[in-house]
Amino acid sequence: MRQLSMRDAINEALHLEMARDPRVIVLGEDVSGGAGGTSGQRDAAGGVFGVTKGLLPKFGEDRVIDTPISESAIIGAANGAALAGMRPVAELMFADFLGVCFDQVFNQAAKFRYMFGGKTACPIVIRTATGAGMNMGAQHSQSMYALVTAVPGLKVVVPSNAYDAKGLMLTAIRDDDPVVFFEHKAIYPRKGAVPEGDYTIPFGEAALVREGEHVTVVAIGRMVSFAEKALDALAAEGITADLIDPRTLSPLDDETIYESLENTGRLVIVDESPPRCSVASDIAALVASNAFHALKAPIVQITAPHTPVPFARELERAYVPSPQSIEAAIRRLVKQ
Amino acid sequence: MPLPPDRLLRAYRQMKTIREFEERLHVEIQTGEIPGFTHLYSGQEAVAVGICEHLDDADWIASTHRGHGHCIAKGCDVTGMMLEIYGRRDGLCKGKGGSMHIADMSKGMLGANAIVGGGPPIAVGAAIACKARRDGKVAVAFGGDGSCNQGTVFEAMNLAVVLKAPAIFVFEDNGYSEHTGADYAVGSRDIAGRARGFGMPAETCDGSDFFAVHAAMGRALERARNGGGPSTIEAKTTRFFGHFEGDPMLYRAKDEVARHRETMDCLRIFRARVSERSLLDSAALDAVDAEVMALIDRSVAAARSAAPPTAADLLTDVYVSY
Ligand SMILES: Cc1ncc(C[n+]2csc(CCOP(=O)(O)OP(=O)(O)O)c2C)c(N)n1
Ligand SMILES: [Mg+2]
Repeated sequence: MRQLSMRDAINEALHLEMARDPRVIVLGEDVSGGAGGTSGQRDAAGGVFGVTKGLLPKFGEDRVIDTPISESAIIGAANGAALAGMRPVAELMFADFLGVCFDQVFNQAAKFRYMFGGKTACPIVIRTATGAGMNMGAQHSQSMYALVTAVPGLKVVVPSNAYDAKGLMLTAIRDDDPVVFFEHKAIYPRKGAVPEGDYTIPFGEAALVREGEHVTVVAIGRMVSFAEKALDALAAEGITADLIDPRTLSPLDDETIYESLENTGRLVIVDESPPRCSVASDIAALVASNAFHALKAPIVQITAPHTPVPFARELERAYVPSPQSIEAAIRRLVKQ
Repeated sequence: MPLPPDRLLRAYRQMKTIREFEERLHVEIQTGEIPGFTHLYSGQEAVAVGICEHLDDADWIASTHRGHGHCIAKGCDVTGMMLEIYGRRDGLCKGKGGSMHIADMSKGMLGANAIVGGGPPIAVGAAIACKARRDGKVAVAFGGDGSCNQGTVFEAMNLAVVLKAPAIFVFEDNGYSEHTGADYAVGSRDIAGRARGFGMPAETCDGSDFFAVHAAMGRALERARNGGGPSTIEAKTTRFFGHFEGDPMLYRAKDEVARHRETMDCLRIFRARVSERSLLDSAALDAVDAEVMALIDRSVAAARSAAPPTAADLLTDVYVSY
């Protein structure tokens, strides 16, 4: 099948949905680029990671909107446009900038439907680049999905590959609730098989990436491929695992995790966020509450340490869970 | 009153140091040794130095993602900065911060900042501290044309006016925020006018002219020190490189940088001015050039051979108990 990078897969989803649904608009900083520049060239960026490239020439300035650096206004305007009947896809260049516009995300978007007694929906998508691995420092590398997963009213998506990213983006735009869509910047270039045309992946349905016997590994976003590397290495020792990619953190498909644990009895959760109040600790708590009987050993959480993301290569490498650290943890657990 | 020759020469040395630091980084980045993203300040030197020439270590500045120039102008150690940018253990922030987070409180440098609009509220806080201590010191918030579209910046400006805080907002209008022109993104393109709307005096100056920036800062400083509250300086300038290293600059006319290097080079303009007025002789300036080149060479050599942080450094400087 055709191979596309995750960047191009998301780009294709945006193209498809903008062509299909005139209510879809895209807004954010440099989503096209070149406005007011001296070259006369528009679409000079297409987003700093190139994800929105080509949308402006196709759909025009009313639907592809370059904004000033004003995150609160970007997300707030997306909210307002959604209430007024549009389906905005707002780009927050880096997930860290949630810090600038959090009111519009968690007091506004998240609340409308419930607080207004179901009178309205807020069908916005906030696309944002997440994660460490590119030495971008403490304010451009965080994994902040736990923060929004904690907020009722928001849906949270963290794709791990190109195929899922496209299908999940189409679902996200069509969903009536606000969706925060975390795109790991280190896997934008990674290619995978992506069918042409329209397909959707439902929210709240985990992917069983691999099936095995000895352990259940739940991994999020970029950590899925790290877990696969670890499992490749462990295969030689006869250790196999169910590898589960939740794909959406809210709603979360916890049932698939419990079912797997009935067979394996052992759980490893891999998350590149810091450990406290994280998605890893949340899944561990759910499992402890709902599937305690299935556990043969304590749950293992492999996370970043409780520190900001460091800059230097050596430090960032030590910060992010690695295929090696995952491999070692799985081996220890299985041999326990 | 013209600056005495020693201060003029110091200003030239700082501008030249910033320029060579950045031009050299532009080259070194191609080697792949420098991690992350780097935003160079070449072209804007007269702003950082024109402002900071008035300040000492007890005054404060808050900087931006494009912070190397502000750091050098405020007196941060050049080799310590270079080590930081290379991500070395003996860097100014132990390799934990990087290019976008260089800070040195002992020099009154409150930090470069990777959040656009993050700095100005912090600068106002430092100005409040100066006011409370009645120490006659001030705080400067540097920002770009793009930053003046951020709500946090407006909040900081209004707060400074309300509190009559000794804060000075310096906006460096280099024409672009990333890939977008300021004439598109900054409604009215009149940053000084916005500042006046908050009730503070504001002036626009030629950011390629050290003397113009320096004079504007002199007026703002006098007002701040005399309890008159904040001011804004809008400096028209240019950047000689892309937004970040690797930016193909598709939004800029092909010859724009070359033209600006001809007509808006603050170092050339400075040299012409001081020799025209016989303020400094060119031998002294040439000697500074040579010293600066040697300093940058030494810094790069030191950074290249310096030790990286170790895994143990990951868990220091933060409260970790689990
Ligand atoms: C809150 C926030 N939004 C967006 C960015 C991404 N970003 C970094 S620099 C920049 C442009 C800044 O433009 P300007 O203020 O003019 O400064 P310049 O780069 O020209 O020095 C943008 C959009 C950011 N770092 N922080
Ligand atoms: Mg600018």
